Amino acid sequence: MASNQGRLGDELKRRGVSRRDFVTFCAGVATYFALPKSAGAEMAKAVEKSLKPSLVWLEFQDCTGNTESLLRSSRPSVAEVILDYLSVDYHETIMAAAGAQADGALAQAIKANRDQYIVIIEGSIPTGANGAYCTIGGKSALQIARETCEHAAGVIAVGTCAAYGGIPAAAPNPTGALGVSAAVPGIKNLVNLPACPTNAENLTALIVYYLTYKRWPPLDAQGRPLFAHGKTIHDNCERRAHFDAGQYVEMWGDEAHRNGECLFKMGCKGPATYNNCPVVRWNEGTNWPIGCGHPCVGCAEPAFWDRMTPFYKHLEGVAGYAVASDVDKVGVAATAAVGAAFVGHGLVQLGIHRRDHAKEAETKEEEKK
Amino acid sequence: MTHVVVDPVTRIEGHLRIEAEVDGGAVKDAWSSSTMFRGIEMILKGRDPRDAWVFTQRICGVCTTVHAIASVRAVENAIGAKPPPNARLLRNLIMSAQMVQDHVIHFYHLHALDWVDVVSALSADPAKTSTLAESISDWPLSSRKYFAGVQSRIKTFVERGQLGPFANAYWGHPAYRLPPEANLMAVAHYLEALDWQREFIKLHAVLGGKNPHLQSFLVGGMATPIDPDKQASLNIGTIARLKELIAKANDFVARVYIPDVLAVASFYKDWAGIGGGLGNYLVYGEYPDDDGDKPQLFFPSGVIWNKNIAGVEEFDPGKISEYITHSWYEYGGGDGVPLHPSVGETRPKYTGPTPPYDRLDTNAKYSWLKSPRYDNKAVEVGPLARMLVAYGRGQPRVKAVVNDVLAKLGVGPEALFSTLGRVAARAVETLILAEKMGTWVDALAENMGKHDLRIHDNTKWDPKSWPKDTIGAGFHEAPRGALGHWVHIQNGAIKNYQCVVPSTWNAGPRDPSGARGAYESSLLATPVANPEQPLEILRTIHSFDPCMACGVHVLDPTGHELLQVRVA
Repeated sequence: MASNQGRLGDELKRRGVSRRDFVTFCAGVATYFALPKSAGAEMAKAVEKSLKPSLVWLEFQDCTGNTESLLRSSRPSVAEVILDYLSVDYHETIMAAAGAQADGALAQAIKANRDQYIVIIEGSIPTGANGAYCTIGGKSALQIARETCEHAAGVIAVGTCAAYGGIPAAAPNPTGALGVSAAVPGIKNLVNLPACPTNAENLTALIVYYLTYKRWPPLDAQGRPLFAHGKTIHDNCERRAHFDAGQYVEMWGDEAHRNGECLFKMGCKGPATYNNCPVVRWNEGTNWPIGCGHPCVGCAEPAFWDRMTPFYKHLEGVAGYAVASDVDKVGVAATAAVGAAFVGHGLVQLGIHRRDHAKEAETKEEEKK
Repeated sequence: MTHVVVDPVTRIEGHLRIEAEVDGGAVKDAWSSSTMFRGIEMILKGRDPRDAWVFTQRICGVCTTVHAIASVRAVENAIGAKPPPNARLLRNLIMSAQMVQDHVIHFYHLHALDWVDVVSALSADPAKTSTLAESISDWPLSSRKYFAGVQSRIKTFVERGQLGPFANAYWGHPAYRLPPEANLMAVAHYLEALDWQREFIKLHAVLGGKNPHLQSFLVGGMATPIDPDKQASLNIGTIARLKELIAKANDFVARVYIPDVLAVASFYKDWAGIGGGLGNYLVYGEYPDDDGDKPQLFFPSGVIWNKNIAGVEEFDPGKISEYITHSWYEYGGGDGVPLHPSVGETRPKYTGPTPPYDRLDTNAKYSWLKSPRYDNKAVEVGPLARMLVAYGRGQPRVKAVVNDVLAKLGVGPEALFSTLGRVAARAVETLILAEKMGTWVDALAENMGKHDLRIHDNTKWDPKSWPKDTIGAGFHEAPRGALGHWVHIQNGAIKNYQCVVPSTWNAGPRDPSGARGAYESSLLATPVANPEQPLEILRTIHSFDPCMACGVHVLDPTGHELLQVRVA
């Protein structure tokens, strides 16, 4: 099979993507990982040499939001090539075959690429009712996940549902939904790429990282790549100066809102949320939620549906807040529950044991700032 | 008699299983089953009603706006909030962008491979393809060289031996009838549409921060501030951006999508006589064009019985009910009695086979979908229903475009009641809606110029301003059809939450009388050349654009009458 496979370099040429463009793209990716710009050329070289690996994309208790996000993938020509460059051997939303023929495609991909294929899982895995809350071809999601992940080179749990259980696992979790790591313990090379949905830029970057280094990036205690989830929304927010100056939106459509001031008092969860939205933004850099005037809802955090709600109540215990003593005057009454959740979350974040000690030191540095 | 199981049905949203009996080259009977359940309505109980739209939005990431819209409308209806005109305009733009983008993706990326043989495109003559393309449209990407480039790209892809998502499919199946040149043209547009959708949906990022799951909805209005003089608000630069995006969308729809649908349809006219199904249609109506209590709707509401377009009835929300006779739930009053969503119950109870299984017992319960009925009858919802009701009610633009399409295909109005009719209606709707979008941008710009900057009804934001005990309903026409949410709010928290969803109307199982839902009914008599390769079954099912994650929902007990109902 490998003899039939072309190399990305040839593929890029065919697509009219110049080597220069591609190196520029890789340099951009290198910036994500805080590598020197020169790393871009090395990455481009490594990716061009690799063969077209098999990708199996499974959907369980999902809304297809991460698949849709993938379709919005930015840096158009090159991102498309990166996707095309993977052999997408199973993905129910896009594949031509159905039923038995689709099952056959999955079996074939697993058999032909043993220990070499990549699995991406979208959606949580229900454990209630003997697996009957999600079946495909009569098999439970749990059985399919176990069988497919066993001989994978790596598994990406894409979106908050696959990573941590997400909305189906929100209280009272009617179906016993779990994230991939909890449902199928012991998967080797599992990376969580949460957010609701994940940003396609981060997924693309993660794949390039793997193809370049033949390993997965350093992760935080929640199993997330540091390059995408190493800093809080608040750290990089374009409205941070307004937070620091105590300039807050008090009501939808007021002058502060029209001026783009801080949404903290309207319930923004940016200080408790580790994601790179303010830097990468969405839909090819077009905008991001805070940019459009709505608070962050904390969607990249485990159990955010329970820990970050009510969405419109502000966090407590955030350093730098309370610049003005009358901050709570406006319509915010019961913040105790959210505050407690946030403090708990903060402890988790600070108490984590990072796998990469250099990164740990670096992070501590940042936290001091 | 051959028993055919199609599971997973691919190129849809979610998890759908079709079982069918095939005999003498045609479907004799069919059963539609949804095989995934999450229980989002159960999860909503006890939460802040202002948060509900964020939760319900996650019912579906494909139709990523529809459950947010229905939710804020339901809560607004319950608490008496009145979104200002700018919020109506922003919502109209967001909803219509969703519809236009979703329909184009459906045609090219979910449905086209049922009609288009990718492998056949390899033997096309690029020069003849160019002639064909130029004969149906003045779209500039139509040269011989362009199509030769696309063809060489596919050739290389196929020669590399890794067919990826195109592996194991039905290429060469006798039901494929396009000439190689039409196949090549369609493959080129499949690729172009992939780029187009990514570009056009930036409209959602402009107005909602991101797509999927845009984040600018609010109970009482929208979160996007408006001010012509401020950098951080929607301003005149935004207006220009919206106009540009909409102009490009109109261009693609009018010069690529519509001509392609007509071209493909002209080779498959027999499918205008297949897949008709129920002949009953339900539409809630959408796109309010004013801010009154009963606004004028661009696509009107109504009900059609037995294909009688001339006699469109008024829609009455009181006539909606749901059965669970063949669904994995139980009702306190027994399985045989339907319940209105305002007094519904849910007790999920799985009684199907333990996975892994080969067959469902379709005489018993066999789906996670309920069976919604209107006036105790099964109805179809979606683009075809909307265009038929609008046509019957004399909506001038719909009449003109539908008549034009029928004339170009040389078929009569009866051709609309079919698998092909659904494909055509979706395209017609896209064209008309894309044309309309610009008027909402103009109205927004005009308000901005008059310094009407209102985006939100602040008077109802504080839960203290709400009634202690209240029920509301929110209706919406989603891309796949009529959608309703019902919310019961008690002491500022959600007591009960219910959704009745387009794909539940269409894909639901039988009711106690044995009457089939829209999918099951439309599959009857569908030809199947080879039961091992169920291509024709996929054609009819895909013509509905299934969205299964949407379809599965949960109702909880309430003892309350529906207090008031309002569209928009």
